[in-house]
Amino acid sequence: MPVPKFAIQKPAWTPFNVVAGIIVVVGLVVTVIRFTQGLAATTNLSDYNPWGIWIGFDLLVGVALAAGGYVTSAACYIFGLKRFHSAVRPAILTGFLGYTLVVLALHYDVGRPWRLPYPFIVQRGTTSLLFEVAACVALYLTVLFIEFSPAAMEWLGLKRARQIVVKLTLVLTIFGVVLSTLHQSSLGALFLIAPSKLHPLWYSPYLALYFFVSSIIAGLSMVIFESTMAHRYFHNKMDAEHLRQADGVALGFGKAAAWVLAGYFVIKVVGIAQADTWGYLATSYGAWFLVELLGFVLLPCYAFAISVREKNLKLIRWTAAWSVVGIVVNRFNVGLVAFNYHLPSSERYFPHWMEIAISVFVVTIGVLVYKFIVTHMPILYSHPDYDAH
Amino acid sequence: MSISRRKFLGWLGAAGAGTTLGRSAHAAGTANFSGYPDALGVLFDVTRCIGCRKCEEACQKVNGLPAPEKPFSDLTVMAQKRRTDSRAYTVVNRYEQDPGVRGPLYRKSQCNHCLEPACASACFVAAFKKQSNGAVTYDESVCVGCRYCMIACPFEIPAYEYDQAFTPRIMKCTFCHPRLVQGQLPGCVEICPAEALTFGKRRDLLRIARERTDRFPGRYLDHVYGETEMGGTAWLTISGVPFRELGMREDLGTTPAPELTKGALSVVPIVAGLWPVLLTGIYAISQRREKIAREEQAAAVTAAVAKAQAEAKAKLADAVAKAEKDKQAAIAKEVKKALEEAAKSSARENPAAAAAEAEKKPN
Repeated sequence: MPVPKFAIQKPAWTPFNVVAGIIVVVGLVVTVIRFTQGLAATTNLSDYNPWGIWIGFDLLVGVALAAGGYVTSAACYIFGLKRFHSAVRPAILTGFLGYTLVVLALHYDVGRPWRLPYPFIVQRGTTSLLFEVAACVALYLTVLFIEFSPAAMEWLGLKRARQIVVKLTLVLTIFGVVLSTLHQSSLGALFLIAPSKLHPLWYSPYLALYFFVSSIIAGLSMVIFESTMAHRYFHNKMDAEHLRQADGVALGFGKAAAWVLAGYFVIKVVGIAQADTWGYLATSYGAWFLVELLGFVLLPCYAFAISVREKNLKLIRWTAAWSVVGIVVNRFNVGLVAFNYHLPSSERYFPHWMEIAISVFVVTIGVLVYKFIVTHMPILYSHPDYDAH
Repeated sequence: MSISRRKFLGWLGAAGAGTTLGRSAHAAGTANFSGYPDALGVLFDVTRCIGCRKCEEACQKVNGLPAPEKPFSDLTVMAQKRRTDSRAYTVVNRYEQDPGVRGPLYRKSQCNHCLEPACASACFVAAFKKQSNGAVTYDESVCVGCRYCMIACPFEIPAYEYDQAFTPRIMKCTFCHPRLVQGQLPGCVEICPAEALTFGKRRDLLRIARERTDRFPGRYLDHVYGETEMGGTAWLTISGVPFRELGMREDLGTTPAPELTKGALSVVPIVAGLWPVLLTGIYAISQRREKIAREEQAAAVTAAVAKAQAEAKAKLADAVAKAEKDKQAAIAKEVKKALEEAAKSSARENPAAAAAEAEKKPN
């Protein structure tokens, strides 16, 4: 594809570039502080609060919101819903970027990041759910890289290599769904070991299932949300197939999200009944729990259902964004808000500004890399020299 | 190759021994683990503790920990609730009682050395180890610093060296494992001037604790904290006031930490084994559905074509028949016309005869 002329003539000092530039500079400065002064200088982590937003947001939210990759590729290649084909590549790309950023953020969080391969090469702690998470994330990142690679190979003109990878599509997709099922659920299961620290309304033997099912909601909503953003900023990059299918993707994914949200709502209520924690609903934590359950599960479920029936694309897109916020709220609740609920407020955690700066920095890097890739590689359009796979 | 009878029997014996060993190891994996038989422990008697902080001091010395800002003799630090941190493996807290009725109580906290430690279960590099003498030890050389052990520990004991940029470690009481190995007492036990700490085999300590609580029911509550909490701990505590008044959680339950994650972990290989089958099945069904749709479409097209062809054929036959009929009709018409013409011309030649004929006609 020829480079559009206006891209060359675009001024460098756009508001986007200025804001992104400031974030990157601040991020780099904080990075230096983090790796020379340690966690104490950059975080509000404490002995009571060993996990902050670098886990609560960057890991828990990041992995959930990167679920679009496995959800979309499964819909298209396994369930045979070919009408979603144009959504696969953007979803794989954001999934791949999402997981890369998760791993990048983990380097900030763990004390000795250069030892991150130790669980695989030095000593395996197989009784740990974190081992399960680490193994699956590492493998899935590899799978996503391979799934994404045809786009880069088309860009670079590596025809034969691309042919080989394209033949692996089904196997990679199945592998991706297996790994995603495992680590999405295991992120929830991480907290199973601490029933005395997580508020009873959020602690449940079903935690793993909750995290897995809500990751499907996150994936579906993120695909709609990202597509909305892409249409706004990269409309000129989209080919006829992408534009023709876009509304159908939003309608189809919105419908699926409505159903999954309904199922999720039911199993959440089952969890309360099973643990008999109804009494807690009358407390302040209960009120917040109800905000999450009614405001961020039942409401988007209803809104998705209505907007799909009315074919109201605008409402579908707003609902998708709302669901994404709901996932953030849920993961924050499990990881930070309802965790250590028993401690006095003086011992509770609130992020240091540098922690927030790094989280924003990591997301910004993601946006910048996404922007580079969609403007250079065949993501939102099919490369004219290659057959769709 | 010939095998002697003796050699063969020897192999059989080895195989038999192997099976037996394997079975016993397997049994240990599924049954409840109630601790190593001769594991050591410490009984802490709250009623005896005088809050002198000598144990804190000894701990700092024998473990080579950094000296605190205020000396150990300064008891004012106990005005605030403290916890174990990267500079202190053990701390003593003061809990005020009803003034005039009873003086303040003191409680020492340190790693309780669980029989089935949450930290060891949670660590993804297996840096923690439950030693056969009862100590839960930590291997700094493999630690990645994920701090999941701190999330997992129900007693909130492990601390982290957040201020270390390059070599941060988890810091926690080792039960003075290096000293135990050399036959010495843990630093805190050795120094305690009030005999609030009793060191020995855990099963003996349980009996001693029971003797005290049974003999002085007014002085002690009938509960040995650590006997069953989180599956049991090497350190045991007895007290005259409810443990929650000493900052100890009474809602931990008796389930050892590994039990809590066992179910989730057991699902992993099942998903890995079944999901590919299920997904391939769904793929096959969707493929087959597409194939059938294609075949049905093809069949419908063939049928439609055949029908159209038959119709066209019938139409053609009709048209041919009609044309034949038209032709016949045209011939008949022409013949009739010719006959009429002939009749007319003969009438012109012979009008009278024609007229006569015409008159005859109405009859």
